[in-house]
Amino acid sequence: MKILIPVKRVIDYNVKIRVKSDQSGVELDNVKMAMNPFDEIAVEEAVRLKEQGKATELVAVTIGPAGAVEQLRTALALGVDRAIHVPADAMIEPLNVAKILAKIVEKENPDLVLLGKQAIDDDANQTGQMLAALLDWPQATFASKIEMNGGDFSVTREIDGGLETLSLTLPAIITTDLRLNTPRYAALPNIMKARQKPIESITPDSLGIALQNRLTVIKVTEPGKRKSGIKVADVAELVRRLKEEAKALS
Amino acid sequence: MSILILAEHDSAALKAATLSTIAAAKKLDLPIDLLVLGEGIDAVATQAKNIEGLRKIILGDNAVFKDILAETFSQAVLALAGEYSFILVPATTFGKNILPRVAAKLDIQQISDVIDIESPQRFVRPVYAGNAIQTIETAQEKNILTIRPTSFNAVALGAAQDTPVEKKEFSLTPPRVRFVGIEASKADRPDLSSARIVVSGGRGVGSKENFKIIEELADRLGAAIGASRAAVDAGYVPNDYQVGQTGKIIAPDLYIAIGISGAIQHLAGMVGSKVIVAINKDPDAPIFQVADYGLVGDLFTILPELHNELQK
Ligand SMILES: Cc1cc2nc3c(=O)[nH]c(=O)nc-3n(C[C@H](O)[C@H](O)[C@H](O)COP(=O)(O)OP(=O)(O)OC[C@H]3O[C@@H](n4cnc5c(N)ncnc54)[C@H](O)[C@@H]3O)c2cc1C
Ligand SMILES: Nc1ncnc2c1ncn2[C@@H]1O[C@H](COP(=O)(O)O)[C@@H](O)[C@H]1O
Repeated sequence: MKILIPVKRVIDYNVKIRVKSDQSGVELDNVKMAMNPFDEIAVEEAVRLKEQGKATELVAVTIGPAGAVEQLRTALALGVDRAIHVPADAMIEPLNVAKILAKIVEKENPDLVLLGKQAIDDDANQTGQMLAALLDWPQATFASKIEMNGGDFSVTREIDGGLETLSLTLPAIITTDLRLNTPRYAALPNIMKARQKPIESITPDSLGIALQNRLTVIKVTEPGKRKSGIKVADVAELVRRLKEEAKALS
Repeated sequence: MSILILAEHDSAALKAATLSTIAAAKKLDLPIDLLVLGEGIDAVATQAKNIEGLRKIILGDNAVFKDILAETFSQAVLALAGEYSFILVPATTFGKNILPRVAAKLDIQQISDVIDIESPQRFVRPVYAGNAIQTIETAQEKNILTIRPTSFNAVALGAAQDTPVEKKEFSLTPPRVRFVGIEASKADRPDLSSARIVVSGGRGVGSKENFKIIEELADRLGAAIGASRAAVDAGYVPNDYQVGQTGKIIAPDLYIAIGISGAIQHLAGMVGSKVIVAINKDPDAPIFQVADYGLVGDLFTILPELHNELQK
């Protein structure tokens, strides 16, 4: 089984986001970047499937600026075999990402594409589902458990009402949720070894995809701030204020 | 020019998130059709008649829709999509799972998690866990939106209207995915997404057993229970209790955060609450920056006191 793992370069989840004063976007200069956390979970799951002898080849792909090669190196250090970089602007829309991924799938013929459920920058939660539609493949989004039985996958999904289990036939799309696994850290020798692993560059043009965005960002602003509250001295004061002042309790 | 809304329901009634999505659609000022898919869903159609301002209710009542699969539901929406200029669903796990499939098939860039509609071409949505707010404009002829339910006040259910109900048969390609089962969370408390009061516990609660004190407080207040990711990861509570950027986005009248530090990913799910109370032993915990009322101290001494005080 061959697995394709699309990974996105995003602002590290620990960084405090700063909106630019000209409202054109958020500050990306000199900001710590990292692999989207859900994609780390996807890489980890793929590596585990390979360690268990269930996957034979792992290919990571990123669509993004030159710096995104760093995230591919991270994936390689974690156990991915080779990687593909599709150069593009950082603000590429999910539909275009899905179209490029569909072309890469045509070239690479993976049995499974493992994506994150959501990129923590655009918070779109679209790409995996879109790719599944473009390929007419079955999907299991928000996966918290993946089991292989023969050629089928049994996937447990985190949904609003609890946990749902689906059985899907390959080739298929799975998107990861937080509880799927806890990603490992790359060991130093593996980081060194990853430098030898191949990264291929494929332009969107050569895939026949034009990268025009469909939506125009008019402005990006800071969210409204809550007015600051108070510290109460004790439980009695808390309950009194909740009843009399906030009218939040009767 | 009209709007199609795919309804989320539980076969008996529409989910509150659907009622909020209808409220959002009304801002577009176009005729609204509600698509209800499922098996044995007459009750949902009857209830939908109590909503003012729907042009028609389209009922796809068929065994293939008994289980919610993105593959079948998206095909049904696609079969109807042609005549609509907007397709809307709630931005819940239901809507998020299905709608991007529809968008990709129609070659449309979906707009996720809309929190405001400024015009039929202009939408507002949060990015970066709500730390930045984007206003975007679309020139697409057809637009596909998922709606954040907490940003729109649910439409009211009033007197029965004479909204026509159109029964529809769909011919579908069988999916290569099979529904195996669902492990539903117990529904003996108010629904987290729409509860008026939510009591949430975090890592500070310490264990699954300790979570009982959170449950007792919730029951005392008739509240729903929420949790931080740390509490869910540690197995104190089920996954669907998670509040935050990648969990549930809620906006109750009263949110009580107990033993939760207030990471941005958590705040993303609850800063819209009307009144926020934080109980934490660390006076510098970031949760206090968004709390209307903060109480510094050990939750294991505070909660029993609170319980007693509320009994008075
Ligand atoms: C991609 C990604 C997505 C995420 N999505 C979410 C999400 O949707 N929702 C979410 O919640 N998190 C999410 N997180 C995790 C988030 O970053 C935090 O790690 C998490 O919210 C921390 O949970 P916590 O506040 O319970 O734990 P901690 O940060 O460990 O805080 C525990 C708090 O309890 C207090 N405490 C301890 N003992 C006591 C006591 N006896 N009495 C009173 N107070 C006490 C401590 O002072 C501390 O402030 C996400 C992270 C990532 C990377
Ligand atoms: N530019 C990109 N390059 C590679 N993978 C991506 C890119 N954008 C999104 N993805 C994948 O799609 C998932 C969901 O992203 P999104 O739909 O943007 O929330 C991510 O977790 C990645 O796995």
